[in-house]
Amino acid sequence: MRGLTKTYPAVRARRGAPGTPALRATDDVRLDIAQGEIFGLLGPNGAGKTTLVRQLTGLMRPDSGTVEILGHDIVRHPERAARILAYLGQESSALDELTVSLAAETTGRLRGLDARRARAERDAVLDELGLAPIAGRPLKKLSGGQRRLACFAAALVGERPLLVLDEPTTGMDPVARRAVWSAVDRRRAERGTTVLLVTHNVIEAETVLDRVAVLDRGRVIACDTPSGLKERVAGEVRVELLWRERAPLEVPEVAALQDRALESGRRWTLRLAPEEARTVVATVTGGAAFAALDDFTLATPSLEDVYLALGGAAQKGLVKA
Amino acid sequence: MSVVPAEVLPGGALAADETSGRAPAELGPRARLWPSLGAVYRAQLSRARVARIPLLFVATFQSVGIMILMRGVVDGGTEAQAVVAGSSVLVVAFVALNLLAQYFGQLRASGGLDHYATLPVPPAAVVLGAAGAYASFTVPGTVVTAVTGCLLFGLPMTHLWILVAVIPLAGAALAGLGAALGLLAPRPELATLLGQLGMSAALLLGVLPADRMPEVVRFARDLLPSTYGVEAFARTFGERPAWGFVLGDLAVCAVVGVVSLAVATWAYRRAAVR
Repeated sequence: MRGLTKTYPAVRARRGAPGTPALRATDDVRLDIAQGEIFGLLGPNGAGKTTLVRQLTGLMRPDSGTVEILGHDIVRHPERAARILAYLGQESSALDELTVSLAAETTGRLRGLDARRARAERDAVLDELGLAPIAGRPLKKLSGGQRRLACFAAALVGERPLLVLDEPTTGMDPVARRAVWSAVDRRRAERGTTVLLVTHNVIEAETVLDRVAVLDRGRVIACDTPSGLKERVAGEVRVELLWRERAPLEVPEVAALQDRALESGRRWTLRLAPEEARTVVATVTGGAAFAALDDFTLATPSLEDVYLALGGAAQKGLVKA
Repeated sequence: MSVVPAEVLPGGALAADETSGRAPAELGPRARLWPSLGAVYRAQLSRARVARIPLLFVATFQSVGIMILMRGVVDGGTEAQAVVAGSSVLVVAFVALNLLAQYFGQLRASGGLDHYATLPVPPAAVVLGAAGAYASFTVPGTVVTAVTGCLLFGLPMTHLWILVAVIPLAGAALAGLGAALGLLAPRPELATLLGQLGMSAALLLGVLPADRMPEVVRFARDLLPSTYGVEAFARTFGERPAWGFVLGDLAVCAVVGVVSLAVATWAYRRAAVR
């Protein structure tokens, strides 16, 4: 209905704990999210995703900057955040000892629904997510994925135009995951619900997100559609080489590649121009190198490659540490 | 703000600001105090049913055990009255002060408060709902302890109805204290420690007859809110209870309850938005 955009231009910083140097968890982050969009925040651990989300949900006050959600200034009126968005955090400790049904109903009541509506919405959401058979069981007794789904159900009771979901599908099986995404899609189609998703899961990000912002050390280093991001590395091909025991460094061509490869155990990952890739494949599939090769793959770039290509810090941390 | 739908946004570029005259979106309803208090109360009661029943037995056995021990030391009279009253109120201290302090301490440390903080619910509803549920949960244990005590020491049960006032008022005072300690403690271990200490104080200063205590300890005893619950209850065992004093003691509990719950509400607000 309303083609409004939420604007989060901001200069934000948070001081670290005493004794550690000041830490900029989010640094001048600026994002615009359109209504009805499924927008993702992607980034390595410690990139500032959670801090950003806490600022958006009114849980943390930014040092500077503004957060505007559907025309409401959240920095000035943090209490309005609770009336305009539903937040699914990573912790379920507030709901752990409740039954699935009571967790959903109570959350609905605390979102301002009267008892009858809270019960009706609870039943509808539990049915929609296939939780009805375990409605009477306490969250604590459920598996991680089921518990997560129950918390997601609680987040949906008492409709909000914006859903802020922090890794909603962690630990879920494919059936539960599909239930989550179809529930999200239904809300978007019927009511124009906007979704802000924090995720690590690049494969999921690729399939469900409209746009994604990549965060690194508190900064947005890229913001585009998943395919748009992939185009940035479209000129490259990913070559993975799996050696039998170790890389045959005595072969000069292989030794020359070593500097450009990301090594993890017996696996080398290379991002190369198509021409180069062809040469490399020709080299390793013939001659002395082939004897040492266990397996190899050639692939077009995925969002994971973008993530690795952009996240310079994370890349070093992951591989060379 | 830009008014273009998501699909039209230029790839790669962050949407530029355009001023638009759109009215802000309608806010969802605020949860009102009493309905949300009721919802929190109900939820807390149900989780207590799941997780707290064993602890409730512990609380009751502890109090009954103390009375059996004390039977060898005191022989009737006002001392017996103090022991029975003290042991009964100890159940309230165990659950409302100790367990509630632990609960809020853990909730705060684990980030569970975020759940409530992102719901449009008045802070007082969360604190009062939880405190009320914990206080209600002390009812069976307190009644069992009081009745057992009366039988053990041969005290009259005529005025046991006073528990109807003692439990909620002492409960409010101790639960408020427990909630405030749990929410103010910077670490959950500290919340647990403070809760335990508070309960130990209620045990030592409430159950042991006051007449045998040195001056300093008696002063500490006067500072502890549970003391007034104990005193009020103990007075009703007499031939002719001094109802004026009973009311006075209960009024102290009520005042402490109001103040500590207000502090706890403030502490919750502070803990929720860091």
